[in-house]
Amino acid sequence: MSKTKNSKNYTILDIQEGLKKGYFSAEEIFKHYQKKIGKENKKLNAYLSVFKNYELRITNYGKNNTQSAMRNPLNGVPIAIKDNILIDGTVCTAGSKILKNYISAYDATVIKKLRLAGVQFLGKTNLDEFAMGTTTENSAFGPTKNPLDTSRIPGGSSGGSAAAVAADLCVFALGSDTGGSIRYPAAMCGIVGLKPTYGRVSRHGLIALASSFDQIGPLTKTVEDAALVLNTICGHDNFDPTTSKDNVPDFTKNLDKDIKGIRIGVPKEFFRDGLSAEVSENVRSTISKLKGLGCKTEEITLPNFEYALAAYYILVPSEASANLARFDGIRYGYSSKNAETLLDTYLESRSEGLGSEPKRRIMIGSYALSAGYYDAYYAKAQKIRMLIKKDFDEAFKKVDLIVGPTTPTTAFKIGEKSSDPLALYLEDVYTVPVNLAGLPGISIPCGNGESSNLPVGFQIIGKSFDEETLLKAAYQLEKHL
Amino acid sequence: MLTEKEVDHIAQLARIKLTDKEKDKFKNELSSILDFVKKLNELDTENIEPIYQTTGIINALRPNEHRKDFEMDEKLNKNLIDQAPSRQDRFVKVRSVLRKS
Repeated sequence: MSKTKNSKNYTILDIQEGLKKGYFSAEEIFKHYQKKIGKENKKLNAYLSVFKNYELRITNYGKNNTQSAMRNPLNGVPIAIKDNILIDGTVCTAGSKILKNYISAYDATVIKKLRLAGVQFLGKTNLDEFAMGTTTENSAFGPTKNPLDTSRIPGGSSGGSAAAVAADLCVFALGSDTGGSIRYPAAMCGIVGLKPTYGRVSRHGLIALASSFDQIGPLTKTVEDAALVLNTICGHDNFDPTTSKDNVPDFTKNLDKDIKGIRIGVPKEFFRDGLSAEVSENVRSTISKLKGLGCKTEEITLPNFEYALAAYYILVPSEASANLARFDGIRYGYSSKNAETLLDTYLESRSEGLGSEPKRRIMIGSYALSAGYYDAYYAKAQKIRMLIKKDFDEAFKKVDLIVGPTTPTTAFKIGEKSSDPLALYLEDVYTVPVNLAGLPGISIPCGNGESSNLPVGFQIIGKSFDEETLLKAAYQLEKHL
Repeated sequence: MLTEKEVDHIAQLARIKLTDKEKDKFKNELSSILDFVKKLNELDTENIEPIYQTTGIINALRPNEHRKDFEMDEKLNKNLIDQAPSRQDRFVKVRSVLRKS
């Protein structure tokens, strides 16, 4: 490690270069991060578990692995994984007491792909319990703190991943995004967060929150890194029939191309009540930079935008109530010692093992799906989901990308909103519509807000399966911010 | 506002036992969430089809061939059974279905 500065915030390309030029070996860079985590994680609580043994950090697949890994830019890169993605033989908690001692029996597809690429896994990162939340305060293992100001939230639910990237406790991290859980914390921590199109990345081995919304994606330091990670983790998977069989482009190929003439839509609904002045200002000045780069911006409308959150908070709890039925105290994890009968096992184990937010959502979902209420809630919300999707379809007839804020405000204090679940739901207002429509979205930092001096996230939303245009615009913009 | 009886019913459906304190808390919280989502009734959706997924993929089938990419072997079998909190040999143990009289 002699030739590098210790303060360096490594990107994927930095690691590639360092390994190639012999500044450090794969083992040295792994130990560098391990040491850094040992020193700084106590303060941040970004990692829930750390893989201590260097030899155990990777197990290879097949004989040709080394050769294929040598060609992958992720080879040797030390990374972090959100603790709701399975790594064979290691603990996976999903941020819940009910899975405190759960050992994964297999690798998630994304983990398999990353292993083949030759990455080094540093550890698993903190999250809101079962990815339900926007602050990481809902973790059963304590909140993660924002590295830029430890009295503040890092965002959620992939808050541990965002904090680990922002504090350079890994080169990049994986998160999952059901209603903003990658983009929201990326915005709060001043980094890049990409939610791919639903169906772009396999969900096999991701502990499910809401199966028609969940998507795995990268949290990175640069847009280029996000493209490199997407290249590696995307593609059709036999274990996830919702993954697309379409050919996958090289997402880095067109990053450098001109964005002149790209049509950018700015929904007027994004700039109404609830958006803080400083976020609005940074987002607007970023939009003028896009204009300066030759993009054509125009005001558009998403007429049903104001109904997106309400639909989301029926549909996600409904899917969650079904997905979390498997935590029954019998097959996995925590089982109550107080139960005498089978029914008691369910009631007591779930009562003792689940935190408030999962309980809340399971109950809302059970109610919305129950006899007599299904049509009024669940079916109604699915119709609204159709309207939201149609709004986007209409807008994308006129524009190539849609832009706006990622979040209504910059990072707030830990505890500031935790007593009011509904207030926290409103934080997702700009990210949720993207998941309802299954579209790709990215958050990139666009400077610090004037009054808080904290990072503001700029969101770019693309057409279905057109991450290329989205990444290209983000890449060009990043150079001018 | 949900009644206490309704909250009990929902908790029973969700298979979650609530303490008295939780019942009170969730009664208020669930009611305010349900009030919030009532907003959807403002929209006329009479002629709108519901959408259940966004990919457009219909009937994702695979060839009817033996798949070798996830074979059950002794080790995987053991790993899966070992996840159960209560077990005996190769079996998952559950408590009695009916209460002893």
